[in-house]
Amino acid sequence: MISSLIGAVELGLLYALLALGVYITYRILDFPDLTVDGSFTTGGGIAAVMISHGYNAWLSCIVAFAGGIAAGLCTGLLHTKGKINGLLSGILMMIALHSINLRIMGKPNIAIIDADTVLTSVNPWIVLGSMLIIVLLLMNWFFRTDVGLALRATGDNDRMIRSFGANTDTTKIIGVSLSNGLVALSGALIAQQSGFADITMGVGMIVVGLASVIIGEAVFGARNIIHATISVVLGAIVYRIVVALALRVEWLDASDMKVITAVIVIIALVFPTASRAMKQKKMAKKRTEEITGALSKEFKGGDLRA
Amino acid sequence: MISVLELSHVSKLFNPGTPDEKIALQHINLKLNPGDFVTIIGSNGAGKSTLMNIISGVMKPDAGAVRIDGQEISGLPEYRRSRWIGRVFQDPMAGTAPRMTIEENLAMAYRRGARRGLSVSINASRRSMFRESLERLGIGLENRLRAKVGLLSGGERQALSLLMATFTKPQILLLDEHTAALDPARAELITRLTDTIVREMQLTTLMVTHNMEQAIRLGNRLIMMDKGKIILDIDERTKKDLTIEKLLGEFERISGHKLSDDRVVLGG
Repeated sequence: MISSLIGAVELGLLYALLALGVYITYRILDFPDLTVDGSFTTGGGIAAVMISHGYNAWLSCIVAFAGGIAAGLCTGLLHTKGKINGLLSGILMMIALHSINLRIMGKPNIAIIDADTVLTSVNPWIVLGSMLIIVLLLMNWFFRTDVGLALRATGDNDRMIRSFGANTDTTKIIGVSLSNGLVALSGALIAQQSGFADITMGVGMIVVGLASVIIGEAVFGARNIIHATISVVLGAIVYRIVVALALRVEWLDASDMKVITAVIVIIALVFPTASRAMKQKKMAKKRTEEITGALSKEFKGGDLRA
Repeated sequence: MISVLELSHVSKLFNPGTPDEKIALQHINLKLNPGDFVTIIGSNGAGKSTLMNIISGVMKPDAGAVRIDGQEISGLPEYRRSRWIGRVFQDPMAGTAPRMTIEENLAMAYRRGARRGLSVSINASRRSMFRESLERLGIGLENRLRAKVGLLSGGERQALSLLMATFTKPQILLLDEHTAALDPARAELITRLTDTIVREMQLTTLMVTHNMEQAIRLGNRLIMMDKGKIILDIDERTKKDLTIEKLLGEFERISGHKLSDDRVVLGG
């Protein structure tokens, strides 16, 4: 039990980079980017190919990050310059990446089980922890710069930021690229942790990322960027713990994981909306009673002949 | 003297070649001198908003030229024109980013038209400058620098939009019925703020309004539009003696029909 929980936390930290990537597109840019399913494998594939050919594992992470950026760049260009609907440009890139990933990997599965990875060199907790802290610090710096503010405003009110001279095509492309860079880095780390890269490793990653973002925000809040990004990291960990617990239920199999993920996301999406609607209704009722109650009292107190 | 803004023979057609084809603007010629504060009134579909969109670059004219300080800008996209043009929209939601804080919104306005780089956009000196500017609005926003703009009321958001649009002293200020969505008291507050800011900064301003009284009271020049044309251009001297009745009469005389506008407000 304890060991599976520790494993879940470690996986959560690895997937946290994916979640942060999804956070950039889904929350900041308001752009549901499905490239993720492809670029995650791109990252894993690049890392596995390079490591199996004897390259340095850290170098493979950097190249994987760059590969993800390239994938995001394509999606961004399709959406902004090609004027293709955001969802569709993501789907197109996801499909295209399937073939590209096979080209990169050369075969559907690469084992790197005995190779040196960034997680075997030093204590993996230190590596993961410091990597995440650096990414969080960089994100929180970036989103407070002039470009970062313009990027956030693009997802918030693109008309407004255009009227202040920001090219929203550029900010969108930057955002989608950075997002997929983080996703690919996450894929590279997962490949190193599990000892292999597989062409299907990215399937459903967008939903895993969404689940982490939504759980994180719902449980830990999202007052500002730093708060939200930390929440997303914690959300990724909680998500892994939930999955680990769900898998301990006797009648659930490992193959049920995707449906469990979907159900978690559905609950996380439906519950806040429903509870907000309930609260609003209650509030409206209370205020109406207060106001009309006050009016009728006033009326009684006033001069009826006036 | 070079006009700050010059439109020559600007025309715009909507839905060309379809049954819904409509002439939105027809050979518009307009020159604004430095410091001109022009109010624009007109009936529904007269082309007032289209005119604003053409100047700001949201739409491209089908024919004609737009010049700022003598420089042809018809080909430039909206985000590149923003260097010269500040704009406040009718919708209080349109001019600000709701999920970002007041100071972040101001920081974005402060970088209008400048290259955006990787320097952190809010520091202590800017923050105190933002606070001072907000104090001038006189509605207490200076104490809420880190509040999300989405929490502000419509009037507060519109006051902030106005400040943001004028922050870097744009060559041209476009006000697109920016008080129309507010209740009378708040509309009056924004109107007064507008007048003060435009006067103090001597901004060349174009203001579309549905409020006849406001159109007459504000500015030094009044333009009346109908069916995509400018049908009346009243200068400062004539404008002084103008009344709502005279204006309505003049409109009927020139256009041959009554000013039809379901939103028109006669008085303030």
